[in-house]
Amino acid sequence: MVELPGVLGEPIRFVLNWGRRYSLWVFNFGLACCAIEFIATSMGRHDFIRLGVIPFAHGPRQADLMVVSGTVTDKMAPAIKRLYDQMPEPKYVISFGACSNCGGPYWDSYSVTKGVDQLIPVDVYVPGCPPRPEALLHGILRLQEKIAGEQSGLGGVNRPDPLAGAGVAALTAPPVRAPE
Amino acid sequence: MQDMTADSLREVTVGTGAGLAPGAGDGQQLGADMVLNIGPQHPSTHGVLRLKLVLDGERVVSCEPIVGYMHRGAEKLFEVRDYRQIIVLANRHDWLSAFSNELGVVLAVERLMGLEVPERAVWLRTALAELNRVLNHLMFLGSYPLEIGAITPVFYAFRERETLQAVMEEVSGGRMHYMFNRVGGLKEEVPAGWTRRARAAIDEVRRRLPNLDNLIRRNEIFLARTVGVGVLSAEDAAAYGASGPVARASGLDFDLRRDEPYLAYGELDVPVVTRTAGDCHSRFEVLLDQVYVSLDLASACLDRVDRIQGPVNVRLPKVVKAPEGHTYAWTENPLGVNGYYLVSRGEKTPWRMKLRTASYANVQALTKLIPGCLVPDLIAILGSMFFVVGDIDK
Repeated sequence: MVELPGVLGEPIRFVLNWGRRYSLWVFNFGLACCAIEFIATSMGRHDFIRLGVIPFAHGPRQADLMVVSGTVTDKMAPAIKRLYDQMPEPKYVISFGACSNCGGPYWDSYSVTKGVDQLIPVDVYVPGCPPRPEALLHGILRLQEKIAGEQSGLGGVNRPDPLAGAGVAALTAPPVRAPE
Repeated sequence: MQDMTADSLREVTVGTGAGLAPGAGDGQQLGADMVLNIGPQHPSTHGVLRLKLVLDGERVVSCEPIVGYMHRGAEKLFEVRDYRQIIVLANRHDWLSAFSNELGVVLAVERLMGLEVPERAVWLRTALAELNRVLNHLMFLGSYPLEIGAITPVFYAFRERETLQAVMEEVSGGRMHYMFNRVGGLKEEVPAGWTRRARAAIDEVRRRLPNLDNLIRRNEIFLARTVGVGVLSAEDAAAYGASGPVARASGLDFDLRRDEPYLAYGELDVPVVTRTAGDCHSRFEVLLDQVYVSLDLASACLDRVDRIQGPVNVRLPKVVKAPEGHTYAWTENPLGVNGYYLVSRGEKTPWRMKLRTASYANVQALTKLIPGCLVPDLIAILGSMFFVVGDIDK
């Protein structure tokens, strides 16, 4: 990560953060019910574009913010990790809804990942099943506050990778079966 | 087309503009047969359905839908939830028709227990099920044009959705997952004056729906993309077990609301919307016309609700146990036939609850529809099958 030269100082940091927080090109990783509420939030009534969230990113490579909305399954997990890794820094993740926060109503399912934060670092968790569009708007505002306070340089903030050391191979490992 | 041996096929995962990319190694272009993965996450599909296509240039040689990216093990979880908790999971597999999903569960349990549901609850359920159908269809009426390039309809569709969601929210507290059905009736009496407000919302939606209808139904570009594309014959629809709007657009005149009435549908005159062409456009038209029908049915039910007094649920024991036995309850969900096969051993959880979902049967037809079409038509066909991925994968 590129450290901000000391000579630039506080005003440049403010401008960088100001630019980042109000032009969040969002990549919607729509998985389940929550994706419908995400779409509802982008429509006329709730309209998150007025907060500077732009839902027209063509893919992860053009996006600043990934919203994981819905149930993450173990089969889906490698794809999520891969698309997150394709996003350029600085990047942010909102986990939208109970399923992607912790598994939600599928907490005891054999095929559901118990929270997307086991795969990628999450900045803001939005609770609800599914959360109301207002809850997503609130989550976005909290993320913007967080970005405004960042002590980051040109490359964004370093976040610990939950899979550090484990590697993506762990995501595709065959299931462990009980001995006969 | 040359012979397809195992090593002549390469599997490539590419995005837009793949046709321009040079082939690997031996200098051949991608014009030769290649395997293309669309999905599981792709902006032109909705949901995480993955398609494995073999392409000859722009033409699809074969198509294999790969399901399971949204498999959440609902059927297994039903076995460790009691009958009240099952409703939570049941309304989440097809997240656009939550009310109809929970309806199937409670109908099955009520049948096993021999419960008589109060008349007012029956009519309220019917009204809410029809409103849920409108909500479901509006989503697809917006998203389908969006997928093939018409951006505006989705804004009108969501305006109407928000109007109706407010009605559903007032009665149940949820915008999507209502949890309003209970074994033996409904959760509680509707708020005072709700039927009047619901009727006003229905009238408003009916009045504004032509905004969407006039914009897209006869739109020249929309017709060019959809008429004659992805024709599903009635025989194929029946063979694959397709149901709902997808089958009715192929001329398969089958609607459980009329043919095996449940709830109050027996006392209602349910007009079944059908088309015979079986192409993408007729599937879209069936959906559009069903919205008008469902709005009329919902207001007819609400008129009836106003005339019926009495309770909306029955008193249940502390622990709800279905007696030993098995039953199959199927309902006409917005996307097609949705069935629950419930096997009970007399405990408070089912021994087995098999889910028969509409989308799972409907997407099977893709293997028949897609081979031979062009890649741009693929998106039009995919969108017109009106599936919800959670409903496929359960």
